[in-house]
Amino acid sequence: MLLIHCPYCEEDRSELEFRWAGEAHIARPDAISEISDEEFAEYFFLRNNEKGLTYERWRHMHGCGRFFNAARDTVSDRFLMTYKAGLPKQPIPVAEERAAAAEEKTVETWEATEGDAR
Amino acid sequence: MRKYSVFAIAREAMRAHKGWDAQWISPEPRSAYDVIIIGAGGHGLGAAYYLAKQHGITNVAVIERGWLGGGNTGRNTTIIRSNYLYDESMDIYEHSLKLWEGLSQELNYNVMYSPRGVMMLSHNTHDQQSFKRHIHANRLYGIDNEWLTPEQAKAFCPPLDIAKTARYPINGAALQRRGGTARHDAVAWGYARAASDRGVHIIQNCEVTGIRRGPNGEVQGVETSKGFIGARKIGVSAAGHSSVVMEMAGVRVPLASNPLQALVSEPLKPIFPCVVMSNTVHAYISQSDKGELVIGAGTDQYNSYSQTGGLQIITHTLDAICELFPIFRRVKMMRQWGGITDNTPDRSPIQGVTPVPGLFVNCGWGTGGFKATPGSANLFAHLIATGAPHRLAAGLNLDRFRTGRLIDEAAAAAVAH
Ligand SMILES: Cc1cc2nc3c(=O)[nH]c(=O)nc-3n(C[C@H](O)[C@H](O)[C@H](O)COP(=O)(O)OP(=O)(O)OC[C@H]3O[C@@H](n4cnc5c(N)ncnc54)[C@H](O)[C@@H]3O)c2cc1C
Ligand SMILES: [Zn+2]
Repeated sequence: MLLIHCPYCEEDRSELEFRWAGEAHIARPDAISEISDEEFAEYFFLRNNEKGLTYERWRHMHGCGRFFNAARDTVSDRFLMTYKAGLPKQPIPVAEERAAAAEEKTVETWEATEGDAR
Repeated sequence: MRKYSVFAIAREAMRAHKGWDAQWISPEPRSAYDVIIIGAGGHGLGAAYYLAKQHGITNVAVIERGWLGGGNTGRNTTIIRSNYLYDESMDIYEHSLKLWEGLSQELNYNVMYSPRGVMMLSHNTHDQQSFKRHIHANRLYGIDNEWLTPEQAKAFCPPLDIAKTARYPINGAALQRRGGTARHDAVAWGYARAASDRGVHIIQNCEVTGIRRGPNGEVQGVETSKGFIGARKIGVSAAGHSSVVMEMAGVRVPLASNPLQALVSEPLKPIFPCVVMSNTVHAYISQSDKGELVIGAGTDQYNSYSQTGGLQIITHTLDAICELFPIFRRVKMMRQWGGITDNTPDRSPIQGVTPVPGLFVNCGWGTGGFKATPGSANLFAHLIATGAPHRLAAGLNLDRFRTGRLIDEAAAAAVAH
């Protein structure tokens, strides 16, 4: 289970209190009735599904109820940072990046045991 | 390849089992092939087998990052059924179910397909209405599926608790008698052996790291950890990593990779006669021929490639199992694991051509593609060989997310496969 830091409550809380809410920083096109089918598919269905660093939204459902953004590594599931909704994509603090890189080498995954698949 | 038979067993018994052949060869890659398939799960290996057998294309390589069958093929709870709602789904899953029925004979390999019946529990009015809709749709389409009262469900599966006071009371069930299970590893091994026998190269411990494209955008081959390997046709069948591999050719596919977990108990004497699924409380259970209870849980809510999953997901499932089958409350769980499933927005698979010439894709089988292995592999081979989808898989195209012609099993089947 993940331990997630809510930037509004400023507390680490268990994943049970949160709902994942998909990729972050996707803006609804302004003139949505005028865009092409390709553009609509891109906006509506296509997501990055990154292996590694991803920016995503979470909602503190059983807490303050608010949406916020997070940067997480999808191989180790480690949170690199969380920040308030409305802020632009945040750069990852260097210390976090290093810690994540170190952790990725030790985490017990198939990738780790099968060699460096990345 | 020497055939497996009772005579072969007798012969080998007389000479201390020294004469068994390796089931497949592990060659070094050639510099080029007619077709490369990325991913040696059941779908990829099966496609290679049908390419060789039905389409006469034997200069084929299946390239696998880890070991064959080590992905979701070797991690799933092996439930097989075809009672889906939409025509496109029924077409492919029923095609697959028919192939399961003769697969051991076809491959000369015991895949232990066991049509012991798949029973889906209904817990409320919504379940009941939705299951009956499935039953009627299936029967109109010629697929068996029937409604059981709680008493009939209990007669079919005696350990089930149907008390009105139960934590998760049931008001009926849908039963597909031809559904059941098969031995997951044997499916991968059986296809690998049969494909290798027809000249297919299975290249393990070789990761595809790039897809090389020519001046007109067409595929030319793959970059791998063992160097460049050429091919004019490439089939991607990489399950949870499909979007990562497709990205190498610049194609985005609408997939979310989520961990899905399963667990098995200590072995018990035969006690559980069928497969029981409950979509509503997220629990699937059957008993393997080894005697272990095989239990499937739900997916984690977030994208991940970790091949683990949250403990709360499996405890939730075990809570449900203990309520539905109080008899199992003291059974010990032995092992737990996760696989990375590739889920589409409509929860139906994607199989078809891509915007890149020579590149074909088979993915999005998500939490329910084991049952589809023979059918999907068979139709994927047709797609690669002829360049156009087979009638039974035509609706599964990638373009449906642009046209809006979804196959919305997400709404119809809720979560379970
Ligand atoms: C816990 C769990 C329970 C499930 N239960 C059921 C069930 O009861 N019934 C059912 O029908 N389905 C079930 N499924 C789903 C089912 O397992 C899958 O849909 C199916 O097995 C997919 O088969 P595949 O051959 O496409 O994928 P896989 O067997 O995953 O094969 C894909 C292969 O591609 C390889 N690969 C990935 N990237 C690369 C690369 N870059 N280079 C080379 N190789 C690469 C991987 O290593 C892997 O071996 C379950 C899945 C899980 C995880
Ligand atoms: Zn909060």
